Parts: sequence; structure tokens; C-alpha cells
Amino acid sequence: MSDARTAILDRLRAAASPGEALPALDSTVLERRHWPPAERVLRLRRGMEAVHTEFLEAGPEGWPAVILAFCEREGLKNLLYGPGTSAGARLAEVWPADGTRLVPYDRPVETFKEELFQAVDAGFTTTVGGVAETGGLLLEPGPLEPRLLSLVPPIHLALLFASTIQDTLWSAIRALGWGQALPPNALLISGPSKTADIEQTLAYGVHGPRRLIVILVNDLPRTPA
Amino acid sequence: MPAETEIHFREAAAKALLDPQLRANFRRAMDGLIAKRQAQFPDPKDLQDLRDLSTAIRSRSLLSLPDLLEQLETSCARNGIQVHWAETCEQGNTLILNLLKARGATKLVKGKSMVSEEMHLNAFLEEHGIEALESDLGEYIIQLDGETPSHIIMPAIHKNKGQIARQFSQKIKNAKYTEDVDELTAMARQVLRQKFFEADAGISGVNFAVAETGTLCLVENEGNGRMSTHVPPLHIAVMGLEKVVARLEEVAPLYAILTRSATGQPVSTYFNLISGPRGPEEKDGPREVHLVILDNGRSRIYGDPQLRATLRCIRCGACMNHCPVYTRVGGHAYEAVYPGPIGKILTPQLEGVGVRHDLIHGSSLCGACAEVCPVEIPIPDILVRLRREATHADAGSKVAGKGTGRTLTEDLAWRAWAAVLQRPRLYRASAWLATRFRRFIPGGLPLLRAWTMSRTKPLPAPRSLQERLRSEGLPHV
Amino acid sequence: MTAAKPQKVYFYGTCLVDLFFPDAGMAGIQLLQRAGVEVVFPEGQTCCGQPAYNCGFFEEARAVARTQVALFPQDLPVILPSGSCAGMMKHHYPDLFHGEPDEVEVRAFSARVYELTQFLVEVLEVKLKDLGEPVKVTWHSSCHAVRDLGLKGEPQALIGQLANVELAPLARERECCGFGGTFSVRHPEISGAMACDKAADAFATGASVVLSTDGGCLLNVQGVLEAPAAPVRVQHIAEFLWERTHAR
Repeated sequence: MSDARTAILDRLRAAASPGEALPALDSTVLERRHWPPAERVLRLRRGMEAVHTEFLEAGPEGWPAVILAFCEREGLKNLLYGPGTSAGARLAEVWPADGTRLVPYDRPVETFKEELFQAVDAGFTTTVGGVAETGGLLLEPGPLEPRLLSLVPPIHLALLFASTIQDTLWSAIRALGWGQALPPNALLISGPSKTADIEQTLAYGVHGPRRLIVILVNDLPRTPA
Repeated sequence: MPAETEIHFREAAAKALLDPQLRANFRRAMDGLIAKRQAQFPDPKDLQDLRDLSTAIRSRSLLSLPDLLEQLETSCARNGIQVHWAETCEQGNTLILNLLKARGATKLVKGKSMVSEEMHLNAFLEEHGIEALESDLGEYIIQLDGETPSHIIMPAIHKNKGQIARQFSQKIKNAKYTEDVDELTAMARQVLRQKFFEADAGISGVNFAVAETGTLCLVENEGNGRMSTHVPPLHIAVMGLEKVVARLEEVAPLYAILTRSATGQPVSTYFNLISGPRGPEEKDGPREVHLVILDNGRSRIYGDPQLRATLRCIRCGACMNHCPVYTRVGGHAYEAVYPGPIGKILTPQLEGVGVRHDLIHGSSLCGACAEVCPVEIPIPDILVRLRREATHADAGSKVAGKGTGRTLTEDLAWRAWAAVLQRPRLYRASAWLATRFRRFIPGGLPLLRAWTMSRTKPLPAPRSLQERLRSEGLPHV
Repeated sequence: MTAAKPQKVYFYGTCLVDLFFPDAGMAGIQLLQRAGVEVVFPEGQTCCGQPAYNCGFFEEARAVARTQVALFPQDLPVILPSGSCAGMMKHHYPDLFHGEPDEVEVRAFSARVYELTQFLVEVLEVKLKDLGEPVKVTWHSSCHAVRDLGLKGEPQALIGQLANVELAPLARERECCGFGGTFSVRHPEISGAMACDKAADAFATGASVVLSTDGGCLLNVQGVLEAPAAPVRVQHIAEFLWERTHAR
């Protein structure tokens, strides 16, 4: 409908006031939201725990074992993951042959959609950062970690390195260069899926994951006591 | 000349006021939302700084709107998102229908979108044999009953859980009656998961569109928006043309103030940034993404420097949460897609100020809406302006239906009012009559009759202030 | 803000105080005089023009407003016992006269406008001494006083100076009482419902008086409280302050 396009843009241009100066943007209010790294971790946790996110702490080396222990404790049949990331490779390396099955998401969804919707217990993803101010994980789904990995399985396990936590979404957008170029999908996730549409009563797990488990890896440099 | 098919807010509101359940549901909900928003903004200066920044961002975006829309189109095309333009709702609906038909799509899941409500898209698609299922829990609940949203953020806020329990037990196969909210939610989850699984296409709204990066931003808590936009092979997003901003960085403060203003949440569960369909290496995501940009009167609103502020709106709903009128009558009484204060200024501009004359006056101009608006839309000032537009056909005005709410009675009344009040002696004479015959003012006078419907007759003082000052002189302390 | 204490001020009665609350007008004048200020009450006062302005009848509003501005030629503060009318004169007159030949004069007038309690607190810095019996009152913020004019608790500060007065907080204190000028008669059902809720909230405080800066709100709330045995009545802040602080 190129005629609609022309008509709309013509009307807007006729009304626009090109000479008018654009109001200045004062971002001081965003810049003053700033915390030291250790406090960022606490803030993120506080924000996310308030909306029922669960945390498992792990060291830079031991995180695959923490995930494995969780899966066994919960009696999960399987864990879907992206085999192409280095974290995925680490996980595969240490994963035992028996117990929870580690299932790679390495095919087009059309070939296993039914299994994805019916039979997968949990999905594992990495993150590219976190947001301290409000709590939240930043994800870049894509070829290595498909979009539905963090959405369809009832449990989402996400790996977060403490050093990647930014102050605010605003500073994260800058740090990650999202303002210049974005992958086809990028995400902020602050907790398991929730709704308050029935009498403002919070209920978790409405469409997306019922549980969000953050494997929080403490990779901050040790501060002297 | 009275406007044709005028819609009377007064009658619908009066009916709503007689429903104690509805009034209790809204009062409780709005009191809760007010408190939750307040808790998110403990520091008034911080709030004002964030509002100033948000207002500046939205104003900037509007100032360069045509350029930004073109840039958005280019960036989207670069990302593989196909952009379509619709001047009217009808055009938009047809466009979407054709996209669906060409791909043989018959089952559709929808994420929440007020623009699609504005287009009455569901009804249109159903007429053409396409199932359009609302997947937001609140939207799903009202769709089951064939209702429209009563709030732009919480569409089923007028219902309590007993009503929803009854409805689910009747309309969902094999559902038992329960008032447990977790169980009700689980029932909806089960039905809708299957629908996401089967859907041929997903439709969503857009909270912000970023011109520079060609990105569609979606804010939600439930995950149904992600399901609708990432599971089916086809994703169609619809947005009003005002939703564009220049840069992604500018979205961050708008998002921050949106969730806090709307539901008192510092952040939503999901903030979903879509910048393209499934890439060549990707395993999932839609094969095609389309963006429909709707005008439907917005470019006309844009043409008026004062009314343009209406288009700054980011649809948070804080104005309705804080509105004493909305709180008492609920969303349906407005008989409009957008209820509450923002609806009171937007609906008449879209549909005509004459047919909505009654709605424009359905406000005490208390200003609670403007006080909380995150982008500082001066709603009361715009209401006053629209009241003028309804009764005056000013040259140069582009307002739809201007002058069609004019009546001879009102004209004469204001002329008489001005005639008396410009003449102090006439005013004094009237005051003398009103005070002397204060107990004998006929209660049947039209305005007095309305006043005394719920109040006693106002009683003027025995002698007016001016009369006392004239006879006694100024007091001396 | 502490402007130099003026010797002389104008008093603008407003139509609602003139007709319905003349005692409040008298009290306002006396409160000013007691603070050492000479009060001038120009003849010819009618109405600020707000009802027509709010309905979009700008020409009619302007014609009336023009006659009122002309009554206050000297460079003196203009004091009103109403937040709503003061808001109209201070903030809406400049819009109403935008582009008119007399815009400059009107703007200069608007800059001199004060609501009474605002002037008593900010400019005169009055100190009140309570002479009354113990009483419990509650406060209703007039929407235009706080949102249009921008009162920041001046009336409450004055009430706070009175030793024997307990100020009971009103639930939803900043919510509109439903008056809204022509709204009260164009939408009497909604307006009435709002007034009833306000009265119920006032009743729940256990106070015996509801105070406000504005005649419209008082008239409205009074209209629903005026059942024969209602334990709460309404009163204008000026009248209340004067009653309690002058020796009889």
C-alpha cells in the first residue's frame, strides 16, 4: 500500500515543524544509578528473588556440577541446551551418561516441536549480562541458543557471571552495543512467567517457564577483607 | 446542530454506578495500583527527572516523526522485517487478512495489542473464517465472554475470581469449578499451550519501535507475547504510527517509567526485542515478520501543536488507575477502546468531538491524571480544548467533528452568563435576589434539578459578602 | 520564598464565597488585617470566568476576566479565599489571553495572584494562637488548589499552629470530591457518587468539621452531609482560622 504510505507521510510532513529545536535529553537520572560490583550482585538477586527467581551459587570452575546436582535433585528426565556455546561444551564434557539426559537443541524446531512442547523438562541458556537496578538477565538467543530454549520448557536454568552485571538496562544497552546492532532477538528476563490478571493475585507459570533458576557464578576479583 | 448518533457516557456511567460489585472491584484494584506505583517512586525528584527525560524523548520522537518512520522502515527492511502502512483500520484489517490468506493461515494466536482492539481485528478475522485467539490471560478471559477490555493493561479487572471460575467451568472442556487462582491459571495454560503449538500465525502489538536498529520492543509478564511472536511461522506486529523512537538507548527510561507507572513493577518479566525473522543459522523463530503501521486519525491529531501531546502516550494506564471517575464507573461505561482519561482525549479526537461531547465533559478536571502521567500529557488542558472544539467550528482547526456539539441552549446560556458578569450592577442585583429569596429558588430549574439528584439544594447566605461590605464597610481588626 | 511584607493588598471575594460563604470572606479580610496589612476590596467584582473557560467558551470567559483584571490596577498582591479561582487567574489567564492585545497587563496581574493561606504562610509568615476548645477536624485538598495552583500544605501548616486542633488524616485526601463546576450538573450521577464517597471518608475520620480552601468543594460535600443528623459539617479554612484565633 504505497499510496497509504505516501498519504500518511505527506500529512505528517505538512504538519511537522522542521525549524523547531529538539528538546535536550538529560540522562543524569540514569547515570546516577551506579553501584560497586559486589552491590550489583546483591541488588540483582534482591530484585529477582522478589519475583520468585531462584539462585544457585557456583564457582567459575564448579558450575556444571551445580547444574547436574540440581537436575538430579529435581529428578529431571532431560535438560535441553545449546551445544555450540563454550558453556554448552563444558556442560557436555562433564555430563554423565546416566541420570538426567542432556539434549542438544541443534535442529530446526519443526523437526521436534511436539517433543519440545510435551517432553522437555528444562532448558539451559547462557546470558550476556544482568541488570542490577531492577534485577534481570540479558539474553541473546540465536543460532547457538535458540529462542524457545528459554521459553517453552517449564524450568529455565540460566548461567550468569557476576562480573557481567551492569547497573541499569540503559548502561547494559551501551555496554553490549545493542544500540548499534541487535541480533534478531534479544531479551531481558527478570523471573518466571507470571500474571496478575485474576483479581490482581499473582500466579506464576502462566505461559512461559514456571521456574527460573539462575546459576550465579562468582567471578568477581576478591576484595581484601 | 446536534451531532449524529451521539454516545452518552452519562447513561452508561449511571448504570455502572448502580452495580456495587463492579464498584467494589474497581475501587479495590485502583487503590492497590495507586499504592504500588507510589512505592516505586519514593523520591519525588528522581521521579520528576525521569518524567522530564521521558517527556523529552517522546516529544523529540514526535518532532521528527516522519523521518523516524521512514528510518524505521529502512532499518526493518534491512533486518528482514516487512513494513506495511494503513491509513484506516479497514485498510489494516484487509492487509492482515491478505497476509494470512496468502499463507493459508487459519489459526491465529494474539499477544495483547490495544491497536488491534482499535481495529476490531478479531471480529473482522472471525468473519473471514480465521480463529483469532487472545492469549494474554486477561484478554482470554474476556474473549470467552465476548467482552471488550475494561482497562488497557488489565483487561479483565472488572471481574472477580468467582465470576472467572464460573466462566471457566462452563466454557473450558473438562474444567472443574475452582476459585483457586493458581488452578485457574493452570487451566488457561493448558488450553493456550496447545493453541501456541498449533498456531499458523501470531499477532502482537508494539510498545516501542526503534528507528535506528529496526527493533520492535514488547513488554510483558506472561510469556504469551514471546510465544505468539516466536513459535508460529508468521509474526505480524501492529502499531500506531506514534510508537517510534530514534534510538534503543531512549527506550530504557521509557520502559523503566512504563512498568512502574502501570502496575508498580520495577521491571516486567520479559522485555522482548525483535529485530528480525529467523536467521539463516537459527533453529526457531518466525520465518516472516511483518510490521503494520496504522494511522487511523493520528496524523490529523499530529497536525495540531497542542493536541499532538496526546500522541506522547506510552499506554501505561496510570491515568485511569488514578482517575476518580474511572474508579467509580469502570472501563466499559466509556463505550470506547481506550477508557479513562487518555480515552477521554483520544476517543473524541478519533471519532469526533460532537458524537463524544458527553464524554469530554465527563471529567471534573481534577488533574490527577496529568499529575501521574509519565510523559506529562496535560489531559485537563486538552479536555478543555476539546470542549471548545466541540462547540465551536474555529477556522484552521483540524479536529474531527468540530462544532458539531454546539447547541443553541448552551450558546445562549454562556452569552447570558457573560452579559451578567461583565456588569457588576446586574451581578449585584442577581446576588440580591438569590440571597433574599434563597429559600424559594425553584428546585425544578434544570441545573438545580441535576444538582439535587444526590445533594441538598445549596442555600445562599442571607446577605452576600459584597452587600455586607458595602453596608458595614471593611472590618477593622 | 519570602517576599518583602507588603503594606497593602487587594482582596478578591470570588462568586461562591460572595454568595454562599460570606463569613469566610470576612474572616479572610480580618486575618490579613490582623497580620498588619491594609486590605482593599474593589467594587465591581463578579467571577473569575472559570466556568465558561472550562467549557471552552473562551470569548465569554475572556470578556468577564477582562472586567475583573481592570479592578486591580495597582501593583499589589491580589488575595483570593479560593485555590481554584486563584489557579484560574494565576495559571489559566495567561493562556486565555495568549495573543490578545492586553496579554502583557494580564500576565502582570496573574503574577500578583495568591490564595489566602499561601499568602498568610509564605509572605506574611503569620503565627496563630489558638483560643478555641479542643476539636478534631479533617482536611480536603481542593484539586485545583494543589494541582493547578500548587499549594504545598500551607493550610495544614496553619491548622498545625493551633494547639487545640487535632487534624485527622482523610483517606484518599487528594482525591476529587466530585464538584468540578459544570461537571456536577452535567454528570450528576458520577459527581454525586464521588461526593458521597468523600463524605463517607470524612465521616470515618471521626472529625466534626471538614475544612477546605474552596467553596465549590464545600458546597458539594455539604450537599451530601446535610442530612438532618449528620455529625460532620463543612467549613471554609479562613472562617475556621478566624473563629479560633480572635478574642470575642
